[in-house]
Amino acid sequence: MSDEALPIEAAQPQGTPIRRLLALMAKEYAQIRRDPSTFVIAFAMPMLLLFLFGYAVSLDPRATKIALVVQDESAEAARLTQAYARSPYFHVRVLRSVQPARDLMMKDEIRGFIVLPPDFGVAMARGRPRPIQVVTDGTQPNQATFISSYAEGVRANWAMSEMEARGLRNIGPPIDVSQRVWFNPGLQSRFFLVPGSIAIVMTMIGTLLTALVVAREWERGTMEALMATPMRMTEFIASKVLPYFLLGLASMALCTLIAVVMFGLPFRGSILALLLIASAFLLPALGLGLFISATTKNQFVASQMALFASFLPTFLLSGFIFEIASMPWPIQALTYAVPARYLIPALQTVFMAGDVWAIILPNVGIMLLFGFFFFFLCFRATRRSLDA
Amino acid sequence: MSGPATGPNVGIVARADGIVKDFGGEKPALGGVDILVASGKVTGLVGPDGAGKTTLIRILAGLMTPKQGTVDILGAAPAQRLDSIGYMPQRFGLYEDLTVRENLVLYAELRGLSKDAQEPVFKRLLEFTDLARFQRRPAGKLSGGMKQKLGLACALVSTPPLLLLDEPGVGVDPISRRELWAMVAELTREGIGVLWSTAYLDEAELCDSVYLLSEGELLFSGPPADLTGAIADRVISVTGFADRRRLALTRALDRDDVIDGTLQGRAIRLLIGAGHPVPDAAALDLGPETKVAPAPARFEDGFIEKLGGGPDGTSVLAASYREIPPSDAPAIEARALTRRFGEFVAARDVSFTVPRGQTFGLLGPNGAGKSTTFKMLCGLLTPTSGSGSVAGFDLRHSAAQARGALGYMAQKFSLYGDLSVGQNLDFFAGAYDLSGSDAREAIERVTEIFELGTHFRRNAGTLPLGFKQRLALACAVMHQPSVLFLDEPTSGVDPVMRREFWTHINGLVRRGVTVLVTTHFMDEAEYCDQVTLIYRSQQIASGPPDALKARAGELTGAADPTMEDAFIALIEASDADREEAEAA
Amino acid sequence: MTRFNPTRLRAMIVKEIWALLRDPKSRMVLILPPLVQLLIFTFATTLDVKNVDIGLIDRSGGAHAQELVQRIQGSPQFRDVIALPSLRAMEEAIDEQRVIAALIIESDFDQTIARGEIARVGLVLDGRRSNAAQILAGYVNGIAMGYGAELRPEMARRSGGSEVTHWYNPSLDFKWFTLPSLVAIIVSVAGLAITSQAVARERELGTFDQLMVSPMRVHEILIGMMVPPMLVGMFNGVLFLVVAKFAFGVPFTGSFLLFLLAMFIYQLALIGMGLLVSSLSMTQQQAFLGSFVVTIPLMLLSGYAAPIDNMPDWLQVVTYADPIRYFLIIVQGLFLKAMPASVVFHQLWPMAIIAVISLVAAAWLFRARME
Repeated sequence: MSDEALPIEAAQPQGTPIRRLLALMAKEYAQIRRDPSTFVIAFAMPMLLLFLFGYAVSLDPRATKIALVVQDESAEAARLTQAYARSPYFHVRVLRSVQPARDLMMKDEIRGFIVLPPDFGVAMARGRPRPIQVVTDGTQPNQATFISSYAEGVRANWAMSEMEARGLRNIGPPIDVSQRVWFNPGLQSRFFLVPGSIAIVMTMIGTLLTALVVAREWERGTMEALMATPMRMTEFIASKVLPYFLLGLASMALCTLIAVVMFGLPFRGSILALLLIASAFLLPALGLGLFISATTKNQFVASQMALFASFLPTFLLSGFIFEIASMPWPIQALTYAVPARYLIPALQTVFMAGDVWAIILPNVGIMLLFGFFFFFLCFRATRRSLDA
Repeated sequence: MSGPATGPNVGIVARADGIVKDFGGEKPALGGVDILVASGKVTGLVGPDGAGKTTLIRILAGLMTPKQGTVDILGAAPAQRLDSIGYMPQRFGLYEDLTVRENLVLYAELRGLSKDAQEPVFKRLLEFTDLARFQRRPAGKLSGGMKQKLGLACALVSTPPLLLLDEPGVGVDPISRRELWAMVAELTREGIGVLWSTAYLDEAELCDSVYLLSEGELLFSGPPADLTGAIADRVISVTGFADRRRLALTRALDRDDVIDGTLQGRAIRLLIGAGHPVPDAAALDLGPETKVAPAPARFEDGFIEKLGGGPDGTSVLAASYREIPPSDAPAIEARALTRRFGEFVAARDVSFTVPRGQTFGLLGPNGAGKSTTFKMLCGLLTPTSGSGSVAGFDLRHSAAQARGALGYMAQKFSLYGDLSVGQNLDFFAGAYDLSGSDAREAIERVTEIFELGTHFRRNAGTLPLGFKQRLALACAVMHQPSVLFLDEPTSGVDPVMRREFWTHINGLVRRGVTVLVTTHFMDEAEYCDQVTLIYRSQQIASGPPDALKARAGELTGAADPTMEDAFIALIEASDADREEAEAA
Repeated sequence: MTRFNPTRLRAMIVKEIWALLRDPKSRMVLILPPLVQLLIFTFATTLDVKNVDIGLIDRSGGAHAQELVQRIQGSPQFRDVIALPSLRAMEEAIDEQRVIAALIIESDFDQTIARGEIARVGLVLDGRRSNAAQILAGYVNGIAMGYGAELRPEMARRSGGSEVTHWYNPSLDFKWFTLPSLVAIIVSVAGLAITSQAVARERELGTFDQLMVSPMRVHEILIGMMVPPMLVGMFNGVLFLVVAKFAFGVPFTGSFLLFLLAMFIYQLALIGMGLLVSSLSMTQQQAFLGSFVVTIPLMLLSGYAAPIDNMPDWLQVVTYADPIRYFLIIVQGLFLKAMPASVVFHQLWPMAIIAVISLVAAAWLFRARME
């Protein structure tokens, strides 16, 4: 055999892994710059999500629409009506009878109504006040709870000022809970929703975008050409990880800037801690994306899998909106397998509380473990071969 | 089977023995194939689509592992010889958003070409491929032929001893194809061993040695002349029956001693089976003026013989087809069809008339405007100006009726791959207004004619290539249209399937069906009654194939030019005229 | 040139249904999202707060303080009450999220109550999870109030108070909200995801031209493409209705016919949007991402994720273009409120307008992108 072999040996100097890696990354950079879908996923979708979570998904009650059915013409009733109208939490329509209020609630134009009974003022004057009736639309339980407690709050305040005006003292409830909210005294839902949406953005870039760009190499046949060169598969993986890692950090930085400047979020931790947390999360995200693309080799399937394996869990099972502690135990158990579960508390802490290492470090550690696991899977699944 | 003869100075760069590869289909993709690639030679790997060519090349490139057999590239396994293999996959492996130059730089860096060596190599390659002007253009914006050349250039950034080219000629017009061959010839002079895979059998004749692959089996290996030599005196050209050439071909093919036959302009070309005496004019009995002359054998003839000969001349499809009533009105008419895309004029003032019962060919290089013209006539594109009619229906005012009167077969397989054969037939019957018993009868008829019965419940996407082709034709003719539009109908199928296909088409034409076909198979152009050659969005020549060949003969002085020669000569003449006009 | 041709229309519809059932990619869209949504949404997406740990600094140790703590511990919302020795320990416990809140009872708690004055307890909440914290504060307040009322019944009489009734869902069962809403969400996913594949699939398979040269008219093609997602949506919708009613006991008080009618119009609106996405996409992958980009805002702006009342006014205007907004009201109404036809129609016509606009736009775009 060897005697037949021709002495044409490769005349050129051998390439080095670093040179090949740099060339592949230069290619990736050129593609990122020119491909519109990268722009959409890395910048347009994050902006849309941030915008929606900053504005549309507000859990802070403001001006909930209710009706006030005033069946009493007394001065007391008029003063209570005033108290409701002044409350920033309600948008009040004053009615004289219950029937129109019922109709409005059926049409979903109000979320509840309050009835001041006919003898409301008289009873009050006698010192034997009648309770007001609060009726809510139970189809939306959160708002129903909110209305019942705030309606009572407004009324209790009003009752207290009425009694004070008559010289009565010590009229409060015997036990008063005075609450202080740390980190977010205004209780703005934006403060926890926006860091959560940053987690989603990093998932999109780390998993979805990476899965797509690798699957694209398979689909367009460029993978086949690359595999026929001296390139090693490790170099190929590295050339995907580094650019999209940086892109993920860049997008995260942009989101953070918008969160602080536009949405007024505090940033009490250090940039270093944020960087550490984001980096630790991007590892499993990228690893999962690469693993998905190595197994599917098809952009359509890869995008579906990326959404089901990373976007939905990040959205639903990370504690971002829905309390993990309130879920039934099988689903709680499932959340431990979601890397974003460890990101959300770390991210919320670094924004609102500061560098609480006791929270940050364990979470970072677990995310890194997930990262190693996914990369292990990914290296096992990526071979220089077109055999299915 | 022994390998090709190798001289004392000829080295072997690649060798594979007893390669078996199985993807779990009914037959293995490769059933024990041996191959040798010699340095300084072009080795052809020839066969229809699905023969196993790509699989074999991937195994040689180390991208697939064979189930059995050994591969040796310069004395080692492919994975150890990645520096020595240049590989151009079928889809070129180009990054479409990267420029020509960026693609070259990427592959140069991956192959470890030193920085100072890069500039001269790029210069040479860009010159070689004539891409120097387009260095900054993204690869995705290049024409098909230019992409092919760039793909080749990327495989050549470092001169590897072994160059594997997977169907570099596919979809490329004859001019670009000749340029590619010239490039490869130059490479072999430098001592590179080239493996060139192709589905075009005429390319086989240009190779130093050939491996003919069909359904994973080697049918032949050796110099192409060995194959053609065996049949050299059994190929004849018959003339002298004027317009009855289709009938003559049918009758000749129905004879026992004729195993294959094709139309060649006004002549027919026949291959006589081994062991039969070559018949004379009297024996053929095709008319008083018949003349018989020997003709040069082609590689395709040899392939057909290896496959056991072509089909008989009578088309069962045509036999059960309705007779299209005679009419003096043209079946297809294009009147100054023009289509612009923004500034760019894709087709300018295209005019022609196709009488009932004729085959009309649209020829031209890729991107010249033949698809645009074709799409305007079948209603897929609205002309910017000009008008056209099909089966008497004006394209502007009665487009829907026109669509109802035509049958259409697309370039690549474009039926519903996830639907079964039966479901595809059901759908197209309904789409063409056949319902109830009409639909049932039509489906039964084509199922029987095209022998689809055994595959009836199978997903169309998993059919063997030949059956896909049959199914596509079945769907196009179920409603018995008077006009058929065929877009590159036979690319990649084996010659026997192509014969079968053209037998049906010829039969239908004799029934009065009018056929419009685009093709870049120049020998298929010979089946046409008239052709028009479209180049740079304009018609540069029209007429019967023989007339075009004759004109090319006048232009170049060559005796007996082929259709491909005619194509190239006419385009070069057009280029010369234009340059003259621009100079003036 | 129009007029419906029953043969062609039937062929198109049958083909689309087969394509949906036989394409493995489509099958995934068909089965996975409803399954995932049923499981995850029903159980995981509760905004209730349950099983949380709360910290306690009890400097009083008196009987009243102990009673209050015991009542908190006994309530189902809390899992453990963790005694904390100092403010420093409390700070750490909250920082590290071991507890979401901490209760501070001062040493004079019992004495103050005995004197008949107002005894204050402090409650520190973790604002990082402000929503959960807020709901929790409500629970603690309620318990304190209840105990207070027992201690001094005459106070409560003097103050008056309020009588609360929750209509349609008296015990405020969260599932009664989630499951009906799920019908709207699930149908929207089917409508958008399946429809958006339709045109893109033809383009990707190369069958688009084949379809265009057949005598098939544009409206026949589009109607053919609309039927399968409509059927799938109807099937999913009814299936979830049955599951909600019989497996989870959510009452369905309205008219089933009205439900079908509303769902039909709702789906037309969604399918129109899906066809728009589909006509714009060249590949199935683009169509998938496109439908995703459209679905997320539609869901978040519908009032399902957060009340529309809470949004800024200008954004509330935007929600009028969201068909889910209307159907959510209808489906909640038909389940729990026995919503009468007149009220249903009040929500139906805006959806009908959205349907007409999106379908016309889709047909126009389909024609425009044919070449």
